[in-house]
Amino acid sequence: MGFDYVDRQTHLYFPGCTLSTKARSLDVAARAAASSLGVPLQELPDWTCCGATFPLAVDNLMALSGPARILADARLLGAELVTLCAACYNVLQRTNHWLRAQPEKRDTLNYFIERDYRGDLRVMHYLELLRDVVGFETVAARVVRPLAGLRVAPYYGCLLLRPPGELGLDDPERPTLLGRLLASLGCQVVEYPMAAECCGSYLAVSAPEAAAECTSNVLLSAARAGADCIVAACPLCHFNLGAWQDSARQRHPSFGGLPVYYFTELLALALGVGDELEGQSLRDVMPS
Amino acid sequence: MSSQPPVGGDRDLSAGAVGSFLSQPPAPSTKPRRRIGVFVCWCGVNIGGVVDVERVAAEAAKLRGVAHATHYRYMCSEPGQRLIQQAIADHRLDGVVVAACSPRMHETTFRSTVVAAGLNPYACEVANVREQCSWVHRGEKELATEKAIAAVRAMIEKVRQDEPLEALRIPVTPKALVIGGGIAGMQAALDIANAGREVVLVERLPSIGGHMAQLAETFPTLDCSQCILTPRMVEVGQHRRIRLITHAEVESVSGYVGSFAVRIGRRPTYVDWEKCTGCGLCQERCPTKVPASFDRGLGQRKAIYTLSPQAVPNKPAIDAEHCLYFQKGVCRVCQRQCPVGAVDFTQGETTFEETFGAIVVATGYETFPKDRLGEYGYGEHPDVIDGLAFERLLAASGPTAGEVRRPSDGKVPQEVVFIQCVGSREPERDGRMPYCSRVCCMYTAKQATLYKHKVPDGQPYVFYTDVRAAGKGYEEFYRAAEEEGVLYLRGRVARVFPEGDQLVVWGADTLSGKRVEIRADLVVLATAMVASPGSKELAQRLRIAADEHGFYTEAHPKLRPVESSTPGIYLAGCGQAPRDIADTVAHASGAAAKVLALFSRSELTQEPTVAWVDEEVCAGCGLCVPACPYEARRLDEARELDLRHQVAKVNAALCQGCGACVATCPNKACQLRNTSSSQVMAMIEALTGFTG
Repeated sequence: MGFDYVDRQTHLYFPGCTLSTKARSLDVAARAAASSLGVPLQELPDWTCCGATFPLAVDNLMALSGPARILADARLLGAELVTLCAACYNVLQRTNHWLRAQPEKRDTLNYFIERDYRGDLRVMHYLELLRDVVGFETVAARVVRPLAGLRVAPYYGCLLLRPPGELGLDDPERPTLLGRLLASLGCQVVEYPMAAECCGSYLAVSAPEAAAECTSNVLLSAARAGADCIVAACPLCHFNLGAWQDSARQRHPSFGGLPVYYFTELLALALGVGDELEGQSLRDVMPS
Repeated sequence: MSSQPPVGGDRDLSAGAVGSFLSQPPAPSTKPRRRIGVFVCWCGVNIGGVVDVERVAAEAAKLRGVAHATHYRYMCSEPGQRLIQQAIADHRLDGVVVAACSPRMHETTFRSTVVAAGLNPYACEVANVREQCSWVHRGEKELATEKAIAAVRAMIEKVRQDEPLEALRIPVTPKALVIGGGIAGMQAALDIANAGREVVLVERLPSIGGHMAQLAETFPTLDCSQCILTPRMVEVGQHRRIRLITHAEVESVSGYVGSFAVRIGRRPTYVDWEKCTGCGLCQERCPTKVPASFDRGLGQRKAIYTLSPQAVPNKPAIDAEHCLYFQKGVCRVCQRQCPVGAVDFTQGETTFEETFGAIVVATGYETFPKDRLGEYGYGEHPDVIDGLAFERLLAASGPTAGEVRRPSDGKVPQEVVFIQCVGSREPERDGRMPYCSRVCCMYTAKQATLYKHKVPDGQPYVFYTDVRAAGKGYEEFYRAAEEEGVLYLRGRVARVFPEGDQLVVWGADTLSGKRVEIRADLVVLATAMVASPGSKELAQRLRIAADEHGFYTEAHPKLRPVESSTPGIYLAGCGQAPRDIADTVAHASGAAAKVLALFSRSELTQEPTVAWVDEEVCAGCGLCVPACPYEARRLDEARELDLRHQVAKVNAALCQGCGACVATCPNKACQLRNTSSSQVMAMIEALTGFTG
């Protein structure tokens, strides 16, 4: 690997379960890209599942014990924890916010998990690492294979953005973060109104028709805006966007399908470190 | 004892002498009182049913310096007061303690009582043995009696050292400053001026009228806004007791009720309004077109402009940001065309300094900013507009001459979606307002009705949270709107996005439980009313309170709705909270009535129990200056020439006697009149039985 060891500074990283299984390419590409950008990721030892959803019950301390333990353990090793999966980010960031806002309940939780965490870890999404630590200008300067001419529709979904008061990553109505990253890779970023709408999430299991409608709206909107492909930041979004392409076609017979990628895959490709990625070949989407 | 000089009595109290009204040290010869009378009130069973009042009086009679002690069923009654007066004469009393209800109830009563018997009012104190004793210790009669005795004992110690004081007298300059020239400020100015008092009206924009001048018709009567407003504007402009200073802002305020010293800065208009005849030739010839903010950007104005053809004053101002001369040094067409040579590119800012007895703050509202309403596409798509912009489309004087045409392509919209509570009533969203803006339900009903009148085959939809139509004729008006064919949908809108030349509106109808999708030609947002920009800064300059949203805080939410937290400064209109025109006019007239009541007296009296500084002890450290919440403190030269350093001075007119400075002063140089350190120590000793 060609990165500069002098600048080397590792960042504590929480990959989460899905990135070890279904969404491996999201993870592998992210690690390769981070290393090439001089901000290598170091996996948090002994991590567990984040819980996958932030509990909707107001007073469910037990559901927060898992993410709280992750945060507490990370704090022992550093001041920041980078995470990538949108669901993990949502759960960890909201748990962190909750622990800061409720010192009394934090004490109860600390007592239960046998830690002394004070809420002073910065949970950082991988996109924030690129924006704040690396800088999008630097990313652009490191691009060896500009994705020029590729019309990309950035898709944010819900978990990266909402609730904005607890996450604060980007404007939930008009997000720009993914688009700015993709622009720095040379892509032509496609504006379309459904970029921050819901993909249908777990309704794919309980009410598939509703999920199909949500996903179709996103796919058709991006296609209508002229996108060559759509880029996701969340394994569940990625799954839904891929799984419901047929139903989008049923709704709109002229829809010819839209490839779905993780943003890290395009990042790794543009940085020239995407060759060893598993799964489908990204070269398929490049315009000839 | 009446021969001692009154506080501030030797000071120049003329209206111009703002800031010279300094607190004097007490006369050194104050002698402790030796013949104090104690009067214990039963308050029927309120006190007498719990506290053994006879025992309290008997115990008090034993104390040093007490010449007389007694009790009575209702001390505040006429015979009760006579009893006190008789005792003062019979026993030659020089101080009085009344053990009764809270001093907030009857301190003034009993002080007047002793004045009639020849004592100084401040030689009378009230020991609270009701609210702080009998009412809270109902089941503990013995302990309550002990506590009452201790309270009386402490108050005797206070009275022993009380100095005789005279109320401070503050002169009143009977001239009012009104800040803001919308309907609130205009109404207040007219009411005050018509009662014969002088008014200066300051407006930030080049002409008066405010937001009301932008409106088409008004609910619930559908009166034309311009038709009822412009006569008022003209009346303000021509009134011999109102001086209008537009294109100007209040820069600084000092002083206090009765004499505020105010500096007003007027930004240059680059047109000499003395010479200008308002002929309009300059505006006709100016080559530069700019989106007109008066038309919410839907129409255009020139770089030399008036807000509207009905502007008062009807004199133009040059917008230097867009003027070719100021930007590129070319053009000067207006200057060449002006028949009277009124255009003056060298005009600078002018500053006025004046003294006012009272101030009315009527700075109004603004609508919620565009950039924070992403889900509606507001600011992104031209056919998503706010309610004020729709008013301009409806107004006969507006950019479309009253025809409803949408901004993007001038098409008459056939489907119009009105969305209420945009930015209002969204406590769960950061940066959005939790409160109800109060006027949107009614103006949306009005706008939808007017749209239906102008486009009879068009369909208006209204997304609402719940229709709030509280007001005379309001509910009837809303019902009529529904009957005219306005379709009301209860629910919020999730997203507005363009598709083709239309806007797709995704919403919910929570009555049917269905999601709704409407393809609209125009979307009108009833955006929240927010405080005028700069209201928090103005509040700081005026030393009045404002809430977290920038709305000025009234002195009492029920009983003092037009008074600010600072005496002599009154609130009118939406600067205090969102309200409609009718309520604004009532509020403004209320403020004017308060000003006139103030001006009905030539001087004001104020409690003399304020802070003073012992200049020989003061080290001039200045800690008390920021500690004072009323800005009644500053550092200045010591009065005695042999004190070579600066000392703290108290402005007695501003001081409210809160004691923050006393607690802050490391040298104990700050003292409160009649709550001196030695009085407080004596009271503590009396309460605790500890005598050192």
